[in-house]
Amino acid sequence: MVKSILLVGVGGQGTILASKLLTQGLMEAGFDVKMSEIHGMAQRGGSVSSQVRYGEEVYSPVIEKGGADILVSFEIMEALRWLDYLKPEGKVLVNNYTINPMPVVMGKSAYPNDIIEELKSKVLVTVVDAGEEAIKLGNAKVMNVILLGTIIKLMNIESIDWNKIISENVKPSFVDINLKALEIGKSLV
Amino acid sequence: MKKLLTGNEALVQGAWEAGVNFASAYPGTPSTEILENMIERKEVKSEWAPNEKVALEAAIGASIVGLRSMASMKHVGLNVAADPLFTYAYTGVNGGLVIISADEPGQHSSQNEQDNRNYAKAAKIPMLEPASSQEAKDMMKAAFTISETFDTPVLVRVTTRICHSKGIVECGERTEIEFSDYKKDVKKYITVPAIAKELRKKVEERMNALGDYSGESPFNLIYNNGKKVGVISSGICYFYAREVFGNEANYLKLGFTNPLPDKMIADFCKDLDTIYVLEENDPYIEERVKMLGYIPHGNDTFPPYGELTPDVIRRSLYKEEMPTIDYDKSKVISRPPTLCAGCPHRGIFYDLGKRKNVLVAGDIGCYTLGFADPYNAMDFNICMGAGFSAGHGAQIGFDIKKENKRVVSVLGDSTFFHTGINSLIEVLYNQSRTVNLILDNRITGMTGHQENPGTGRHADLSEAPFMDIEAIVKALGAKNVRTIDPNDLALVKDTIDWALGLDEPSVIITRWPCALKKLSQQDKEEFKDVFTEKYEVDADLCIGCKICLKAGCPALSYEPISKKTVIDRTQCVGCGVCAQLCKKQKAIVKEVM
Repeated sequence: MVKSILLVGVGGQGTILASKLLTQGLMEAGFDVKMSEIHGMAQRGGSVSSQVRYGEEVYSPVIEKGGADILVSFEIMEALRWLDYLKPEGKVLVNNYTINPMPVVMGKSAYPNDIIEELKSKVLVTVVDAGEEAIKLGNAKVMNVILLGTIIKLMNIESIDWNKIISENVKPSFVDINLKALEIGKSLV
Repeated sequence: MKKLLTGNEALVQGAWEAGVNFASAYPGTPSTEILENMIERKEVKSEWAPNEKVALEAAIGASIVGLRSMASMKHVGLNVAADPLFTYAYTGVNGGLVIISADEPGQHSSQNEQDNRNYAKAAKIPMLEPASSQEAKDMMKAAFTISETFDTPVLVRVTTRICHSKGIVECGERTEIEFSDYKKDVKKYITVPAIAKELRKKVEERMNALGDYSGESPFNLIYNNGKKVGVISSGICYFYAREVFGNEANYLKLGFTNPLPDKMIADFCKDLDTIYVLEENDPYIEERVKMLGYIPHGNDTFPPYGELTPDVIRRSLYKEEMPTIDYDKSKVISRPPTLCAGCPHRGIFYDLGKRKNVLVAGDIGCYTLGFADPYNAMDFNICMGAGFSAGHGAQIGFDIKKENKRVVSVLGDSTFFHTGINSLIEVLYNQSRTVNLILDNRITGMTGHQENPGTGRHADLSEAPFMDIEAIVKALGAKNVRTIDPNDLALVKDTIDWALGLDEPSVIITRWPCALKKLSQQDKEEFKDVFTEKYEVDADLCIGCKICLKAGCPALSYEPISKKTVIDRTQCVGCGVCAQLCKKQKAIVKEVM
């Protein structure tokens, strides 16, 4: 049985590191794993996604529409943008954090304030405040690892040695804060 | 040892295990991380080249004298490098030579979607197409042996989903290969017509031998599930097909794809009722299958453009997709890529967007985003380096048509060194009255910050001769040259006014680092205190006129409730462009630290 996790956000939010750590852990747990992501022009403040698939044997690295078991969104509107990639019985984890797209910046559109309600009316949604928690920790950038902690809890894969994986894959000076971020993430659900 | 690697990392692992000695590249999505990862392998001499043509030529030189060498590039880069490729295919190699072409079905970060498998066919060289990270490693390693065995350069063709997907790879150790001796051999390496005609015959003999080899290649495999439906595919499409057809089809999985294994294809097809050829873009395999006398479904069923992901296959075959959630999509606001907060291109495009009777000839880089809202300040962009030369042609056109329009051409520092320098020679030699802007942000920006000849550092960050764009431009004979700070809007306006007032070519160099650049020591000395300041909005003075929003800066936003602009201080890096726009109210001020 292959499981598909779609991580989405806005370029610069650290979805790539979170999915890298997640896939590394899944591999060490003995799963076949594939991950796909898009770099390049979209990174410049555009909508980005990392697609993680794991199981006994994985063929395609790409998640198709209606194919994700879990949608993890680092930003509120991105959850709605990618919602049709979720299986109808799938789950959403959304970070209660907004980044204004250019039409909002320009005052041409207003950022809808009822997206989470729209999500909740369709699927099972877990909302966390990873942005606020990251600022409390003193570094807004660790938002991604806080979310990773929450994903791990939701996916029930806590038995993997995540501390080891973080220690081996982030710069030494950032290991401590990321380990703390992971624990906070786990405690949010 | 098992590792989780992207295709790009796996290609490097394979080349490294094969004992590659020299690697050269010009950055381009999705190929950039190949050389970036090779830089970490200290046994290999790795270089950024100013463009793909010279990258391949450097690799060819190293191959001629006996080194295993490689050049990697994005698909359009191979257009630039096609000239040496076609002739090195005639001479053959000494040390193995492998070219990686990273194609972009779906055009995630590219101006076109060309299928570079056609290059292998046209240049008459063998080609390998990995379907996974493991195969990327295995094929890259094998490619050097094939190159030396058959005396030919080899093309490894990958696509975005191979380059940027991760999979588990069994990694081995590096084998140091004894360097091949170099012996002068004019009958092999001098391509005057008399010799090249003989080499031309050799190419055909080699292709015949490779045709036999293709049928025996371990990378061409048949999976017989005892069905009457068969799928032929190469690269990532094989796994997409498995996702859709599962065990309900037989598969011919092709990895060695030039020349194609004719006999194997015929054997696979002969007992099938239905044949599907699943390949992205051109009907490369499909045409061969048809030539062999079979009628497969390919472009009659599947789209000839974009990616052939499982959902596309399902839609094409069954007219349906997997069930999805229905929701209110009107709440989703588009999120196009934008110039970053503090981007030094902002001031230029703000100015150009306001000018009338000006055509802006663009080029390839982050600055292409100058075409978009709120600047709308670019008329066209074609390919690397075309900004100045196509702009020159456009000015000739306007002048001949007696249309009162002026051309302003823009390209970046890395693009200038790539082929923009040739375009500028065209402009200066033919004395075009265009305004030529070199947007020097001190790094190759779009692809994620690679060094170039203007940055003063090599690929491994060691010190390099610093090539001064202004000195180069003057040495080419440009008389009207100014270097400016692009964040000073009044200076930008005055300088472009000055240039448009001339009836001969001018060059304006803007010099300010990319806001995301990791500054070098030299940058820190040149741009004192850069990116250390922040601006804020004085809410008492802000009247909500939104004029500052014309900067198109993602750090600014308009609060509809308070009817004021706010600045996100985590994003602001203090370029001050918005504060200059707020010149009446003076509501945007430097934060007092």
